[in-house]
Amino acid sequence: MEGSPADLHEHLFRHEAGRMIASLTRLFGVHNLSLAEDVVQDAFCRALEVWKVHGPPPNPSAWLHTTARNRALDVIRRERTARTFAPELARLLETEWTTAVVVEEAFAGDVVLGEQLRMMFSCCHPDLPEPAQIALILNILCGFGAGEIAAAFFSSRAAIEKRITRSKAVLAASTSLFDLTNADFSARLSAVHRSLYLLFSEGYHGTSAKGAVRAELCEEAMRLAALLREHPTTNTPATRALSALMAFHAARLSTRRDDAGELQPLWEQDRAEWNRDLILHGQELLESSAVGDELTSYHLEAAIAAVHSRSASVAETDWRGIVTMYDRLMSVAPSAVVALNRAIAIGQRDGPAAGLAAIAAIEDPDRLESYPFFHAALGEMEHRLGHADLAREHFGRALGLARSEAERRFLERRVRASG
Amino acid sequence: MADFVYLYRNAQPNRDAAMATPEQRQKVMERWMSWFRDLEAKGHIKSMGQPLDPTGKVVRGNAKTITDGPFVEAKDIIGGFSIVVANDAAHAAELAKGCPALDMGGSVEVRPVMQMNI
Repeated sequence: MEGSPADLHEHLFRHEAGRMIASLTRLFGVHNLSLAEDVVQDAFCRALEVWKVHGPPPNPSAWLHTTARNRALDVIRRERTARTFAPELARLLETEWTTAVVVEEAFAGDVVLGEQLRMMFSCCHPDLPEPAQIALILNILCGFGAGEIAAAFFSSRAAIEKRITRSKAVLAASTSLFDLTNADFSARLSAVHRSLYLLFSEGYHGTSAKGAVRAELCEEAMRLAALLREHPTTNTPATRALSALMAFHAARLSTRRDDAGELQPLWEQDRAEWNRDLILHGQELLESSAVGDELTSYHLEAAIAAVHSRSASVAETDWRGIVTMYDRLMSVAPSAVVALNRAIAIGQRDGPAAGLAAIAAIEDPDRLESYPFFHAALGEMEHRLGHADLAREHFGRALGLARSEAERRFLERRVRASG
Repeated sequence: MADFVYLYRNAQPNRDAAMATPEQRQKVMERWMSWFRDLEAKGHIKSMGQPLDPTGKVVRGNAKTITDGPFVEAKDIIGGFSIVVANDAAHAAELAKGCPALDMGGSVEVRPVMQMNI
């Protein structure tokens, strides 16, 4: 299937769907979201029919946009007495004096960008739980169907459909999309960052979905973060720090698994395979994020990832610097997992005994009990101290908690390696 | 405050010249839009009305004869209408000075809505 026309169309459709929906909801109003979705679906069906006969046009996205625009004009002309469209444009859509120009404007590049951002912000509505926000973003802005989202989140299609329907009802109940000049802008931007971060993490660490889907989640999170950087209002230092973090991790994405699909820990990854372009891109972003006085967890996580990306091996890594950054991360965004990672870094800097002591000092270790890599970290340190029995015991416990086949196989290898 | 109807008049060759290319067409439409937006923002728009196509029919007289509109030859055909709110006729005429039709060789006929009293 790779590279086949149907595949290419699917990719194109996914990327255009979010842009077209943005233009259409600007015209129709967010309360007519499902009408906008119908028009997009219509354009895709037409494309498949026409392209099958005549072959795809030279500029397929322009073709799709023109088709959606003409369809929007039809819908507005046919239904303007029966429906209320976007309140701020309603009067201009009542008359032929202005309808065509207004519709044309809604498909202009800078308008589409602005509307996509407003849609992204609207999807991160505080009334919606984070998983619903992410499902909504994937569905509306990335053109993922319920089945694909279910595959990515190891959920059932029916459950995701229900989640999306419920979330769209929240969205459609508002009179208009989130305005970027809103007083709650900063808070909402943080929620958007968080959703994109979780979306990326699901792709990067995701335990459930298959490789291809997971890479796509990372790609989409990066694409949406790039949209945030395109607009002056949303291109904040935190946005750039988050983008840097994603770039550094994405650079390593292909080496996280070996050819057999086995999970490769950092110390076993072939660093020559890391994507230099993405690392460079990450460095530029990280440098440009170092302005203003807000130090976010994205800044620190990106800085840590940057150290790894420029180190030739685990031994040659600046663990001192990494521990310092984990210390700061603990003060900015403390969590049990951050504390564990800090302890692991201390174990690299000062040796396994110090690492064990740092783990023992974690304040709420209960929260880590069910996390397989907590036990695996203990196993690694006991292993390095030469305590084979203890190491095996910890790895065994980790193995019992494995959340996926890949994790299971990886931990089995560690059990065997511990002698 | 009273209602006035604007009748936008122009000769067909003038209209054709102003809308010769798609770019010109779009420019003209954008000018109409910004004019309407401006009037709307100042609270003068009661209804933007509609633009009118130069084709059509005329039904005439007792005999109710129907002919195709002779509009193509007509020097001065109505290209559209709007309803505005203004203090008086002078004010309505003053407001009409911003109309893009004027720059295309056209005119705006400003007519007060007549109150039909019995």
